Amino acid sequence: MPGPALSVARPDEHPDRILSLRGITKRFGAVRALTGVDLDVHVGEVVAIVGDNGAGKSTLVKILAGVHPADGGSIRFFGQLTPIDSPTDSLDLGIATVFQDLALCDSLDVVSNLWLGRELTRAGALDEVEMEKRSWGLLRELHARITDVRVPVASLSGGQRQTVAIARSLIGDPHVVILDEPTAALGVSQTAEVLNLIERLRDRGLGVILVSHNIADVLAVADRVVVLRLGRNNGEFRASETSSDALIAAITGAMDHSRRGGDDPE
Amino acid sequence: MRQGPRRVAEHPDTAARTLPELVSSGVVRARTGDLGVAPVLIGLAILWTVFTALNPVFLSPTNLVNLTMQSAATGVIAIGIVLLLLIGEIDLSVGSVSGLAGAILAVGSVQLGLPLPIVLLAALACGPLIGLVYGLLYTRFGVPGFVLTLAGLLAALGAQLQVLGTAGSITIPFDSAIVQFGQQLFVPAWLMYTIDAAVVALVAWRLVAEARRRAEAGLAARSTAAIALRVGALALLLFACSWYLHQDGGRGVGAMVLLFVILVAGTHLLLTRTRFGRAVYAVGGSVEGARRAGIRVARVQISLFVLCSTFAAIGGILAAARLAGANQSSGGGDMFLNAIAAAVIGGTSLFGGRGSAFSALLGVLVLTSISLGLTLLSLDSSVRYIVTGAVLVLAVIVDSVSRRSRAAAGRA
Repeated sequence: MPGPALSVARPDEHPDRILSLRGITKRFGAVRALTGVDLDVHVGEVVAIVGDNGAGKSTLVKILAGVHPADGGSIRFFGQLTPIDSPTDSLDLGIATVFQDLALCDSLDVVSNLWLGRELTRAGALDEVEMEKRSWGLLRELHARITDVRVPVASLSGGQRQTVAIARSLIGDPHVVILDEPTAALGVSQTAEVLNLIERLRDRGLGVILVSHNIADVLAVADRVVVLRLGRNNGEFRASETSSDALIAAITGAMDHSRRGGDDPE
Repeated sequence: MRQGPRRVAEHPDTAARTLPELVSSGVVRARTGDLGVAPVLIGLAILWTVFTALNPVFLSPTNLVNLTMQSAATGVIAIGIVLLLLIGEIDLSVGSVSGLAGAILAVGSVQLGLPLPIVLLAALACGPLIGLVYGLLYTRFGVPGFVLTLAGLLAALGAQLQVLGTAGSITIPFDSAIVQFGQQLFVPAWLMYTIDAAVVALVAWRLVAEARRRAEAGLAARSTAAIALRVGALALLLFACSWYLHQDGGRGVGAMVLLFVILVAGTHLLLTRTRFGRAVYAVGGSVEGARRAGIRVARVQISLFVLCSTFAAIGGILAAARLAGANQSSGGGDMFLNAIAAAVIGGTSLFGGRGSAFSALLGVLVLTSISLGLTLLSLDSSVRYIVTGAVLVLAVIVDSVSRRSRAAAGRA
């Protein structure tokens, strides 16, 4: 990509490109939350979005999740121009969002939380056996460290809860999973657990959008890092070829990448 | 199991749950604040022991038949309260809604002379209608249920007085089918045993089928011994109740009582085996979590208000049938307080998300036992109120403490 906003993708041009945002703009009253933001997500790729507080990360996530519709710009899904106007639109496209607060129902057990709102039934009644079986299958695939799926999620650790939230997002068979600050509240080993999980999502061929403050986490797991600053793109880096210093410079604005478009990932 | 060594998900527990394991998991659950119906069962046992010691008549079949008959109407209303408590809401108007339904029944069948089915339908219909109004106001304007139903209490009381008109008190003739149902209709012993047998067989078949499916799916399944124990306990309970209530001139299980138990069991299945029930517990646990999971929260809330008022109307009809009439104080006084107290004493949490339909059954048995037991001791209602209040406080303390220990054990 020779720089943000310059390549208007034709559908056949990038068959592995799941999501392609161009010139996304969002205002809240007089505040410009996002101005001309571009973002691409490919199959089996972890894209990290980093930026300081107020950089527009959360707004971008909410636009993708359908919480706020964008004011301007285009969203293409597998090359098709698709507006996202509601959370349902987002889910129907195959975008699953795991918000920072997880929104789990603490008093329900793991299986109930995983299937909540999408329960399997058998002759009109809940099919607990099938749901539990598939839950184990999914958790096994994610190498989740969960020993009992019939305990209330309130009794799980932070990392386990994050795992349940992420596993839940996979029930709908999405193309893209958005993780909003998944490691913010976690300790060291639990963070490692979640980062492993993110790699497994990539291995499943999902596009992963990782929003994070934590440069170390980002460099550990992301393929590409998109920096936002004051609501604009401020550089794009290959995680393997950049350093935390370069990222921090782009985040704080010590180095202005907005004109140059940063490193070229393609 | 929960105390066992850490296992990762590659090794789901395929071992059958043995009896000692079941017992120990129960102990762990109790210690971490997951008490279920245990406290109310213990409370009931204590009450019955004390009352029987003071007056052996208490445990006579005739008195127990009386106890079940007296429990039915309030118990049905308490089912509705349980449903609303599950989402942390309450309906204070169930008493006057039941009074209104009773008034419609009495006026329609006696003064207007309408055919019974139509009158019953009209009396029943006032429940869902009122519940729908509550639900819409609650979800549309976010009025707290407490205040909303307090207003409803007054309005329904007004409607009840209006329906009764100048008569004030209406007696339904003894030979009316509804009074016969409420006072005279008892399930014959042979039919009761047949029903018991059918229920036991059904439960046994379900447990066995479930255990087999779980084993086939490689999941932890109940052992045959555990299933046998459960089914045996259930069979013993059902047959013992049916048998005992027929001894020494006891009239057995009233039709009204059977209806109450069927409603409890039906509500239990609705809550535990359907997507709707799962949604109810989810909304009770976390409204935001439920909404994000795609549950239509408002619909669940409206349905529960409708169900609660409907159960209140059914309870009112049963009360009118049993008392053969309706008057201005039907459903008044402590009726709604008893229904709410029954739900809470039965173990349904006031904080939402926890409880079961059976708490209506057990709670109302506690209340009625207190009432009948004290009557047998020739103590008047002043004592009854005080004792009931004390038991209610005890139940709420158990609820609060178990909630706190759940939080401490991370099982909030």
